[in-house]
Amino acid sequence: MPVLEQVTEVSRSMGTGRFGAYGGRYVPETLMAALLELEAAYLNAQRDPAFQQELDGLLHHYCGRPTPLYFAKRMTEQLGGAQIWLKREDLLHTGAHKINNALGQGLLARRMGKQRIIAETGAGQHGVATATVCALFGLECVIYMGEEDMRRQELNVYRMRLLGADVRGVSSGSATLKDAINEAMRDWVTNVRTTFYILGSALGAHPYPTMVRDFHRVISKEAKRQFAEQVGRNPDAVVACVGGGSNAIGAFYEFIPDQNVRLIGVEAGGRGPGLGDHAARFNMQGGGIPGVLQGTYSYVLQDDAGQVSLTHSVSAGLDYASVGPEHAMLHDQGRAEYVSASDDEALNATKALSRTEGIVPALESAHAIAHAMKLAPQMGRDKVMMVNLSGRGDKDMGIISRELHLGSGPAENKGTR
Amino acid sequence: MSITFQTKPGLVVYLTAGDPSLEATYDIALAAIDNGAQVIELGVPFSDPLADGPVIQRASERAVGRGVRLQDVLQLCGQIRAARPASGIILFSYLNPVVRMGLPAFCAAAKASGADGVLLTDMIVEEATEYLAEMRRNDLAPVFLAAPTSPDERLKAIAEHSRGFVYAISRVGITGKQDAIGSDAEQLVRRLKQFTDLPVAVGFGISRAEHVAAVMQFADAAVVGSAIVQLIEESQPGDEARAVGDFVRGLAGK
Repeated sequence: MPVLEQVTEVSRSMGTGRFGAYGGRYVPETLMAALLELEAAYLNAQRDPAFQQELDGLLHHYCGRPTPLYFAKRMTEQLGGAQIWLKREDLLHTGAHKINNALGQGLLARRMGKQRIIAETGAGQHGVATATVCALFGLECVIYMGEEDMRRQELNVYRMRLLGADVRGVSSGSATLKDAINEAMRDWVTNVRTTFYILGSALGAHPYPTMVRDFHRVISKEAKRQFAEQVGRNPDAVVACVGGGSNAIGAFYEFIPDQNVRLIGVEAGGRGPGLGDHAARFNMQGGGIPGVLQGTYSYVLQDDAGQVSLTHSVSAGLDYASVGPEHAMLHDQGRAEYVSASDDEALNATKALSRTEGIVPALESAHAIAHAMKLAPQMGRDKVMMVNLSGRGDKDMGIISRELHLGSGPAENKGTR
Repeated sequence: MSITFQTKPGLVVYLTAGDPSLEATYDIALAAIDNGAQVIELGVPFSDPLADGPVIQRASERAVGRGVRLQDVLQLCGQIRAARPASGIILFSYLNPVVRMGLPAFCAAAKASGADGVLLTDMIVEEATEYLAEMRRNDLAPVFLAAPTSPDERLKAIAEHSRGFVYAISRVGITGKQDAIGSDAEQLVRRLKQFTDLPVAVGFGISRAEHVAAVMQFADAAVVGSAIVQLIEESQPGDEARAVGDFVRGLAGK
């Protein structure tokens, strides 16, 4: 069968990537052939046991899956409510869940014969994961990163460069994740014939939201099995931070059919409720309104003329004006709840988890911890909660030490417990 | 319907509305029309112009910063229409401002403002059902983009759903100047012509009279955008309309 017919056949069987009213494909025409080619290649790979086997093998031997499900005993005791269990994605190679997806897409790129990889990154974790995969497979790697994010996640910039990636700063807009995606898409439009775009969150045009979710499903697959083994039942609630929403959709997905499991996404409440001061698309007054940004129809923080708003969060990975379309659907259905945690709450949670459990969370993941700390005392001691610890906090030490005054002398820096 | 390319060369001029001001865009549009542009593409400035190169990005950022809204662009369109009843005017926008206003409200307002058609950068034919219905209801011409990467099957759908003209993207890439028009453009126009009798306008990277002349060998019109937006950026305040008028006359070889 000629390639074109094959592509069309496949794209019919998969639809246009809708999640209820959300999702779809809103891109410049130049990218359409590439998106259709990607969709066909992805569906083909999914049906190929050898592809899945290679991915599983690398996830196990290279990345360290399965990640532990760890009972945070001291934190649970201190909060005096529901048991808190941490899904330790922070222990994965490169320090966050992002490698699950970067590895999957990297294998796909290799399968499609693409030698040049581009990606955007916010906190730098997706950029590091992509640079790692490119090093592993010997592929050329270009990472777009907002200059503001390069400043606040400097260590990850060095890591990417060490791994051989060309990190390109983006100064437009607020010089954060959204602007990095714009620039990556411009690169892709220009080099589409030779380049594979490893998109890092469950965002963008179809098939990305579905594909990225599928590569992160392993989180909830493992967790479900681990809960059965270690606790004897499903958790009562699953809590995860939501920027674009990749770790959250991965942590939620296998639990979606289990109606008695509460699914809770935690957005960045930033420094206040005003438009521009947060990245809480679902929650605040002046929150998001459905619209189209960067290829997909979802909630978008915007003004009443349809200009996309600037956002703020202490964590670069949550600092984004839109959200993955599947979350928009889960929100409207009421299947998942979306709340927010402020910058200060996330910083406090960082300190709390570090000092009760000896685990330093990424500032993104700390938003989920912050909400768990609010929620656990309201739940009975017989209740069980999973918090997806999506990444570790090493990359954030600069911000954390500034915000928590860790550099200001041993007296102030002394442990409280 | 005032989209015709009766006189040669066919010239479409893109302007970012509101850069440097709405009043200036009005004067510039009239100057472009009076010097040979048959169609004006009135660009709605957007915060995230991901298909545009640096020149139009900067113009868009300046206009957004000045608070220019879709509503203002519609009003400007009405003023240009009143002043030049016979010329073609296309509203050129990213999708989000239009979705924010609502497709039915936008299409009705576009019609009321005297626009002939609409081009939405990030709207592909597969997603366009409601948009096309609203455009039809208001007797407006939807103009779709065709790319060198589009397979014939897509070109057929693009040609079938377009009215007024089809916009052929000259090369794989974002908007912006280039030295010469590559072979992608001619091939694309030939492939498109299999499926439609509509005029085909070629855009992206056209900045000089020789480019326009080259495009006219195989297409019906040339779209000039970044070159004019950059000229506006570099002009002395108040001199933009004269500069653009002279430039357009030069493009037309007059």
